Amino acid sequence: MAGSPMMPTTGRTQLAASGARAVTARSLQASSRGDQVRGAFFLSLLLLGIGIALLSLAAIIIWSLVEGLPRLDTSLITNGPSSVRPQEAGFRTALIGSIMVVGGVIGLVVPVGVGAAIYLEEYADRERWWNRLIELNIQNLAGVPSIVFGILGLAFIVRGPLSLGFVAAAGSLTLTLLVLPTVIIAAREAIRAVPPSIREGSLALGATRWQTVRRQVLPAALPGVLTGIILAVARATGEAAPLLLVGAVTFVTSNPSFFEGAYSTLPVQIFNYSNRPQADFRVLAMAGVILMLGLVLAMNAFAVWLRNRFEQSW
Amino acid sequence: MTADNLAASSARPTDRAVSLESSSPRYAEKAIFAFLAFCGILSVGVTTAIVVSLLMPTIDFFRQVTVEQFFLDTVWAPRQATGRFGVWPVVVGTLNIVVWALAVAIPVGLASAIYLSEYASHRTRRIIKPILEVLAGIPTVAIGLFAFFALNPAARMAFPFLDWSGIFSVGVAGVAVGLMTVPLVASISDDAMRAVPRSLREGAYGLGANKLKVSLRVVFPAAISGITASIVLAGSRAVGETMVVYIAAGRTPNLTFDPTQSVQTMTAYIAGTATGDIPTGTLDYDTIFAVGTLLFVMTLVLNIFAIRLVRRFREAYD
Repeated sequence: MAGSPMMPTTGRTQLAASGARAVTARSLQASSRGDQVRGAFFLSLLLLGIGIALLSLAAIIIWSLVEGLPRLDTSLITNGPSSVRPQEAGFRTALIGSIMVVGGVIGLVVPVGVGAAIYLEEYADRERWWNRLIELNIQNLAGVPSIVFGILGLAFIVRGPLSLGFVAAAGSLTLTLLVLPTVIIAAREAIRAVPPSIREGSLALGATRWQTVRRQVLPAALPGVLTGIILAVARATGEAAPLLLVGAVTFVTSNPSFFEGAYSTLPVQIFNYSNRPQADFRVLAMAGVILMLGLVLAMNAFAVWLRNRFEQSW
Repeated sequence: MTADNLAASSARPTDRAVSLESSSPRYAEKAIFAFLAFCGILSVGVTTAIVVSLLMPTIDFFRQVTVEQFFLDTVWAPRQATGRFGVWPVVVGTLNIVVWALAVAIPVGLASAIYLSEYASHRTRRIIKPILEVLAGIPTVAIGLFAFFALNPAARMAFPFLDWSGIFSVGVAGVAVGLMTVPLVASISDDAMRAVPRSLREGAYGLGANKLKVSLRVVFPAAISGITASIVLAGSRAVGETMVVYIAAGRTPNLTFDPTQSVQTMTAYIAGTATGDIPTGTLDYDTIFAVGTLLFVMTLVLNIFAIRLVRRFREAYD
């Protein structure tokens, strides 16, 4: 064979080899025609499912763009709201309200959320019942409907013990409690992923517990923690339901302040405009949706990118 | 000095020379620990605050309305002069949403999960999974408007033979909520299926099973607790969803299972009634909290069930 590299022989060998391969493959795979059809049918069902999921995402974005495009101009950001002139009304006060509310959320949720995560991962003794209670409690809190946080805000923050009134600070506090579990759970996962050897090395060199956390664990866990924070902030930016209960529905024509006076936020203002019968208000609401989607999806995409980029296996 | 003491000190001769105790009291360390523990305990405080703030007005509510009136009547008209407080119309409204949402979320979510976990190449997975996560991040107001202004007219065109009497439709709202929960189902089920060890799959292939059989008869049953958990969580999310149903399902309490009709869900009732400055201590105010308590209990039961299931699949193969 090796001594006769003539074309006809090679051709015939190839033919024989491929024939043998086909026979072997056929007897090994032994999949009947019916099995093949069923397999292909199943795969096409799966593709249909994931296609529906991806298409609906695309549909929401494209539809918002088409509907809202006529009003997508700078007056959308610079003009205040109006209940009579939809062509000139905008989202200025709502945007300022959103920035205040979300700013407050960031200021509160970062120390408290990361603090709770550090406590649970680095300090808490799992054997103790109260630490297990805290864990279970956070998991449950993550599933409490957002409107219930609105009720809490109404009864506890706007009125009741804190009695802040219907102000931006009350909205901020309500949303902080809402997104707190998100931050804690994400930060815990990031901290847990840091291998014990790093902590042990640091402690063995004489660092205290907090020095170890501060200089070794937190920097290593930072991308994961940041991802959680950004996702939480994105959620707070787009959340409307609990804010309906803590005063964000009022029509605010002057710029809000944090501790006094009425306020609104971007999603609530969108809802407000969409509730009006005139078609122009609908276009205005949809332009607001573009603005909101732009902000929220950019944050989400950044968070997902951050996690994938810095995901490290130790 | 007793002999025992002497023996103990001679057994650890370095004790006196180099102490392993901290050289200072480290008050700052203790203060930091106190702050971190406070952050952890705060979350329990939040739950306690939720329970307390829900229960107090609810107790007031049941002083004025009997339990029978609440659970046995079938008319929900709490704001009228002769108020009727039968909670069933709003509960059934919520159930409607859950049924339609799951009818979408289960097939679409599970198909996505099986595809991502068993069929997709590493590259495809790395692209599609983040995109699905983006879908999870779309604000509910946007989804509600999409349901009301785009899906609703589309459904009317697709099913002209149905009786579309009002402008709202519980079926359309439910489908939109379902689309919203697809990433949740897909992501948790995908995690559960990927946690199934390779050896199980390879064993099945070795016995001559094809990919379809491995996916459906080996991986799927092995991951069933995680998959169930994802569905329960999606149901819980649908129970608690507010903006989509408030915008697209309407605000009229209606004891019906007709998808073309308008209903009021528990969340939509709360959002609709609590908007505006209603005075504390009135029956209107207390009613919000009574419905809120019911909502909280329903989601709590679902969530605890889901958490248990997730724990089981985590433990099974670790």
